[in-house]
Amino acid sequence: MIGLNRVAVVGVGHSKFGDRRDVSLAELGFEATRPAFEDAGLTPKDVGFLSVGMAGTWYDDFLPAVVVSEYSGMAGKGLMRCEAACASGSAAFAAAYSMIKSGQVDVAMALGVEKMIGVDPPTMTEVIGRAGNYLWEFHNFGMIFAGYYAFYATQHMKKFGTTEKQLAQVAVKNHKYGSMNPKAHFQKPIVIEDVFSSRVVAWPLKVYDCCPISDGAAAVILASEKLTKSLTDSPVWVEAIGISSDTSNSTQRSDFVGLSATVSAAKTAYTMANLAPSRIDVANVHDCFTIAEILAYEDLGFCKKGEGGQMIQDGQTELGGKISVNLDGGLKAKGHPLGATGVSMIVGLTRQLRKEADKCQAPIRNGRALAHNVGGTGHYCYVTILGS
Amino acid sequence: MTVSESKRKAKPIVFAQEISTRKLSKFWDGVDKGKVYASKCSKCGRLSFPPTCDCPLCLQSEIKWVELEGKGVVETFTKIMVRPASFSNCEPYVVVVARMNEGVKILAWLTGAELSDVKLGAEVRLVTKGSQNDPPYSFILCPSNEQEHHAAS
Repeated sequence: MIGLNRVAVVGVGHSKFGDRRDVSLAELGFEATRPAFEDAGLTPKDVGFLSVGMAGTWYDDFLPAVVVSEYSGMAGKGLMRCEAACASGSAAFAAAYSMIKSGQVDVAMALGVEKMIGVDPPTMTEVIGRAGNYLWEFHNFGMIFAGYYAFYATQHMKKFGTTEKQLAQVAVKNHKYGSMNPKAHFQKPIVIEDVFSSRVVAWPLKVYDCCPISDGAAAVILASEKLTKSLTDSPVWVEAIGISSDTSNSTQRSDFVGLSATVSAAKTAYTMANLAPSRIDVANVHDCFTIAEILAYEDLGFCKKGEGGQMIQDGQTELGGKISVNLDGGLKAKGHPLGATGVSMIVGLTRQLRKEADKCQAPIRNGRALAHNVGGTGHYCYVTILGS
Repeated sequence: MTVSESKRKAKPIVFAQEISTRKLSKFWDGVDKGKVYASKCSKCGRLSFPPTCDCPLCLQSEIKWVELEGKGVVETFTKIMVRPASFSNCEPYVVVVARMNEGVKILAWLTGAELSDVKLGAEVRLVTKGSQNDPPYSFILCPSNEQEHHAAS
C-alpha cells in the first residue's frame, strides 16, 4: 500500500464506553465526532464522505445512521451505513479508506456507534444468539453467542491442553489495562479467582470470560496523502487492510481450533504491508471472549497454532512483552459496543503510534500496529495495519 | 436518571417472518417419518447438511436426497446455561456438533447424558422428533451405547 495516494488517520475521538442510557444514539456519536474534528483541526464542512459502523437491528429509528450524521453536522455528505456484525466499525473504516484511496474524496470519517444496554438482557441474548444460521442453529437449538466460542474453547482445550486458567489470564490482563483507560466500561482490575467464581454462561466459558454488553462511540478522520501533509506532522498511515469471511453454519467449518477468516485476512494484510507478524509492536485483537484472544495470537501468527495458551501464561502479550496486546483493555474490559469496536481499535492504536498512550504506552520499535476485528464467530474478519 | 425517565420506552414492534421451507419439503417430511436426509449435488457430488437445493460449489440446482444412517461422533460441544428469551422455559441444554459417518456435520441438542459424560470423539446417534415439535426439536443426538445398538438391530 506504500506508494501514491496513501491514506492517513489524521483525527481520532472516543466516547466513554459503558452504560450510556444518559444519552441518545446521536448524542453518543457526537461524543466521538467532535473530539475527532478537534484532533484533526477540521470541521464537518471538510468531510466528503461518512461511513457509520452499526450492527444493531433494535433501534427506534429505521435509518439511525442518518440521524447520527445530521446531529454531528454532516447532513448532505456522502453517507453509508456499514454492517459486518461486531466488525461493523472496521467495515466503516474500510469504506472510508476506499473512498480516499480511489480519489473520490480527500477527507472521510468512519464513525462507529452502538447502543445495546437499553434492550433487556434476555432479548439481547436472543438477538445476538442468531449470529450463526437462524433456522439450523437457533430456531431449533437455542444457540447463544458465547456458545459458538465455547465450541472453539472446548476443542482447543482438548487438542492443545489449553486450560481454563489460561483463559482467565486473558481476562485478568485486559481488566488490568482497562483499569488504566478512563474511557473503558470496567475500571477495576480482577484476579483469577473472580473469573473462576463467576457463573457459567456457555460451558466452559464463564461470565468473566465474556466481554460486556456496552454502549459507546468512536470516530476517526482519514485524509489523502496530499492533504495529510498540510494537516499534521505525525500522521498514522493505513498500510494495509485484509478482509475475509466464513460460513454462517458452524457445521460447515473444518475445525474449531482457529478462525480461518482471521488467517485469511491477516495473510492479505501482511502481504499488502510487506510485513512479518514479528514486526508488529502493538496489537488490538478481538477478545470478545477470552478464548478469542488466544485464537487471535495463533491465527495472526504471533505464535504457532496451539501455543496461544502458553503465550498468555508467559506474559508475552503484556506491556513490554514480545508483542503488547489490548493495552486499552480490549473488548473484555473496555467494552464492546458492536459497531464502535473496530473504530475504537484504530483510535487506540493511533494513540500508541503517536506515543500518546500514557501509562499504557507500548515500546514503538518498528512503528507498526495491527487491529484485528472479528464479526460473529469469524463470520467476518478485518485486519488493519497502521504505520507511523 | 429519574424513575419516570428510565421507564420511558419506544413503541414496540413485533414481527415473526414466515420460514420458507417449501423447496426443502423432502427434508421436513422426512423428519416426520423418522428419516434425516442430506442433499447431494447431482453434478459435483457434494453432500450438504443442512440440505440445500442449490449447490454452492458448482451453482447447479439438481439434487438427490440421501438418507443419513444417523451415526456419528462428537466433534465439539457446549452447555448453554444462559438461555435466550425464547428458550427461557427450557432447562440448560447441551449442544453438540457431530461429524456423521457420511462426512457431514450436524448441530443439535444432545440429550440423555450429563455434561461430565460428554467427550470429544464419543459415538452419538441421531433421533428424529418430528418437524412440528416445539420443543423438543426436529432432531436430537443421543449417546450411542451397546444396549441401544441391540435394540435397533
